[in-house]
Amino acid sequence: MRSKTLVPYMFVAPAVILFSIFMAYPIIYSFILSFQSGQGSNMEFTGLDNFARLFSDDIFITALKNTFILLIIQVPIMIFLALIIANLLNSALLKFKGVFRVSFFLPAVTSLVAYSIIFSIMLMNDGVVNQFITAIGLDSIPWLSDPFWAKASLIIAMTWRWVGYNMVIFLAGLQNIPDELYEAASMDGASKIRQFFSITIPNLKPVILFTVILSTIGTLQLFDEPFVLTKGGPSDATLTIGMYLYQTGFRFFDFGYASTIAYVIVILIAIMTFIQFKVTGDQE
Amino acid sequence: MKKVSLLAVLIIGALVSLFPFYWAAIGATNTSGSMFSKPPTLIPGSMLMENIRNLDESIGISRVMFNSLFIATTYTILALFICTMAAYAFAKFQFPGRNVIFTIFLLSMMVPYHATIIPLFKMMAALNWLNTYQAVILPNLAYPFAIFLMRQNLLAFPTSLIEAARIDGAGEWKIFFRIVLPSMKPALAATAIFLFLYQWNSFLWPLIALSTTDMYTFPVALSTLFGLSRIDYGQVMAGVTIATIPIIIFFLLLQRQFISGMLGSAVK
Repeated sequence: MRSKTLVPYMFVAPAVILFSIFMAYPIIYSFILSFQSGQGSNMEFTGLDNFARLFSDDIFITALKNTFILLIIQVPIMIFLALIIANLLNSALLKFKGVFRVSFFLPAVTSLVAYSIIFSIMLMNDGVVNQFITAIGLDSIPWLSDPFWAKASLIIAMTWRWVGYNMVIFLAGLQNIPDELYEAASMDGASKIRQFFSITIPNLKPVILFTVILSTIGTLQLFDEPFVLTKGGPSDATLTIGMYLYQTGFRFFDFGYASTIAYVIVILIAIMTFIQFKVTGDQE
Repeated sequence: MKKVSLLAVLIIGALVSLFPFYWAAIGATNTSGSMFSKPPTLIPGSMLMENIRNLDESIGISRVMFNSLFIATTYTILALFICTMAAYAFAKFQFPGRNVIFTIFLLSMMVPYHATIIPLFKMMAALNWLNTYQAVILPNLAYPFAIFLMRQNLLAFPTSLIEAARIDGAGEWKIFFRIVLPSMKPALAATAIFLFLYQWNSFLWPLIALSTTDMYTFPVALSTLFGLSRIDYGQVMAGVTIATIPIIIFFLLLQRQFISGMLGSAVK
């Protein structure tokens, strides 16, 4: 009988052991490091110094602001677009659903580095996007060299990459909304737009919350796109917390301070997730 | 009328979605300067072979392709195995500590990868494993999201079948490999695709863990190419295209499993 009770532990053991070594231990160790200063292996405990340093670190404040601007603008645009496209694709009239679904989803499987490079080349001053813009009679836009437009470039690129991903999640959610709701609304004379806002969105609320949380976590960790697309510039306009962490840790080898920055991301994710649960939870 | 405008909106959207891929492929077949010519070059040129040759000289295509494939494949097989075993225990056994361990796994999904990379870097340095395959493969083998995904799918597996097999005297491993796994093929496929894409596209950790060009994965090699002061855009676009095409083919072949796998994770 004794061996029986050990069975489930045999099955979880490999995962638990690997998780403890490569995940749990680093998470704890990095927490300890966040209270230490020094170079390489000469670390000493300096209490909350690193956290105090954050507040007077202009570059960190800039990175924090940039990350939040991206978060506040990009996530709602992307979620809303994904909702609309999912809704259109779900419409019963439509042929070629599969083709459209794949077309919209394809960006979500490409590597972040590859798509950032493509966008960076398309958005250069004499790149193809500006050529289209000037061809229709508008002025070309300094996409990557102006602080405002560099942020816009990141937002456009990220939206391109992630709309399809969220759309697929919404498509799944839409299948769980009973058709009768729409039929009843149609009989009451509610327009499609009205139905979208008073049936689709409320019924998808848990799924929307799920995608908003995932996107928030993703944006707070943002690294690949600014690293490749804008290199954080111009003049730190697209420097994110994730990039600043990388620079601090692996360009200046200030592991203590970099760990503090990592924990700022942890804390922000916890707070944002809590707020999002609260906001949607209270309305139910 | 409504149907036409709906279709028009979707077609424009799909074109926006697909254009960058087309643009990359066009760029791969043209000269570096043609990407900025007026009017834009929108048709394939004849430079593909030369761009590929230049790219190969810069990054060694077969080598980085091998690195990426080897790392992603090994990772997928091991992680799928480890995560499915754990998921099976969580789904089908009652045991002390089960809920605690599972909750810890779930919570760790909220912790950004960034919070682990500095200790991981130090650990790999201490083990002398920097710039090795295992440095890239090992850290995320117990991938909480994959465990979660497989557990959701395994919950639906009839427990009575497992019990019947036990009464017939089958061992636990035999039950797992001969009875449970074969019926989980779609879920396993979806999780495998997920793990493969995750590792194939992963950038930050390989960028930190790998330091010589012969060990680079494709994304890392591409990023170094693009960081040069004088960029050969034809070559870069050839690289981007080569890195993207296998993934697109892979995805198109398996898109049904992939999308259903994603749907499963969202709804449950």
